[in-house]
Amino acid sequence: MTNTDEHVQDQPALRELADDPASRKKFLRLMGGGVAGATAFSLFLAACGGDDKTAGTTATTAPAETEAMASDGDLKIVNYALTLEYVEADFYAAVIDSGLFSGASLELIKAIGDHEQQHVDALLGTAKKLGEPAKKPKTTFPLDSADAVLKLAATVENLGAAAYLGQAGAIKDKEILAAAIAIHSVEARHAAALNILTGKSPTPDGAFATPQSMDEVLPKVMPFIVS
Amino acid sequence: MHTKLTVPELEAVEIDGMSRGSFLLKSTLAVGAVYGAAAVSPFIQRAMAQGAMGDIDILNFALTLEFLEADFYKKGLATNLSAETKKLATLIGAHESAHVETLSGTIKDLGGTPVAEPTFTFPFTDEASFLKLAQTLEDTGVSAYNGAAGMIESKDVLGAAGSIVQVEARHAAAIRLLRKQTPAPGAFDEAMAKAAVLAAVKPLIAA
Repeated sequence: MTNTDEHVQDQPALRELADDPASRKKFLRLMGGGVAGATAFSLFLAACGGDDKTAGTTATTAPAETEAMASDGDLKIVNYALTLEYVEADFYAAVIDSGLFSGASLELIKAIGDHEQQHVDALLGTAKKLGEPAKKPKTTFPLDSADAVLKLAATVENLGAAAYLGQAGAIKDKEILAAAIAIHSVEARHAAALNILTGKSPTPDGAFATPQSMDEVLPKVMPFIVS
Repeated sequence: MHTKLTVPELEAVEIDGMSRGSFLLKSTLAVGAVYGAAAVSPFIQRAMAQGAMGDIDILNFALTLEFLEADFYKKGLATNLSAETKKLATLIGAHESAHVETLSGTIKDLGGTPVAEPTFTFPFTDEASFLKLAQTLEDTGVSAYNGAAGMIESKDVLGAAGSIVQVEARHAAAIRLLRKQTPAPGAFDEAMAKAAVLAAVKPLIAA
């Protein structure tokens, strides 16, 4: 390891610039963006002794590439949310068809199902703008009894709220973040209502909600996805 | 000025404090009173952008809001409430106090100074008006956090705000259920006519 390598590694901000497309993008914008910015950034990294093979090469094509990477990341998140919402919307449609509910509880389920469908519509629109939207999955749900269904609904909504919270920091585009935020608190409302209806606390995590990562959420959703 | 208020109970909440957070919170409640809780989100976004508020300013605004909520439940619990309402108000009040503690700590960690707690006066007279105001304050809180979230720079601060707003939304839903209201009034916790709201609240933002 050379001295210059150590120099970069000793400065987390520089390391972050080299590794994180969002930071690079911001940095390039500060430097005036465009080719001049990219070149200056390459020289800057070279001067610091950055990892030539990866950081240097990336930096040369930085403006176009970082734009693409940022929207790729957002598309991945939007498609993840879209998939979750597809599952939720399908679930409530199946529950309504099951005939297990009537009266006030059916009205609540219909209202929640309608929200999920609106989330699907909004996210599908966003995904189309960014690139290729996730396909609508084929789903299956155990619909054995009203009690079991309400418990499953509570589980799904709590998972959804945790999933949105888990992505908040990763979304690059401000408008997509605003949409995710506006959906997140509605999933939380659904979760709290269903928790109460199933005899649980509206706030199972206490004063601060716990986020879940994609890796944590996806295995829990997979049982409901046939293909 | 306005003869018809969407949420009249918000207008009667009094905040006595000199901080920037207190002023913004007063305007927030005024906007909520006139246009409804959903209007608060775009108002906050615009006010914060115009005021060039950084993360510490935003956290101090959130702290002021949590001071208000914590004091509200404390005052509510000092009155005669039914067992069910008392149980929920106790749970929520404890969360709001925890939010106050955490936000104060975060502001200090970031090198800022937490705002002093303002004094509040709430217009409820009985359990029904307490719960009605609770619902309005929680809905307004969700809208305010959601509006502020987009203005936050730090991922850590955004994560903390998200973790709090999710709990505020859960409070709102719980109180709404207790009041036999729909737990989620819409598919999105945001204002529908953002441009109209912004035009209407412009004078308040300037003040």
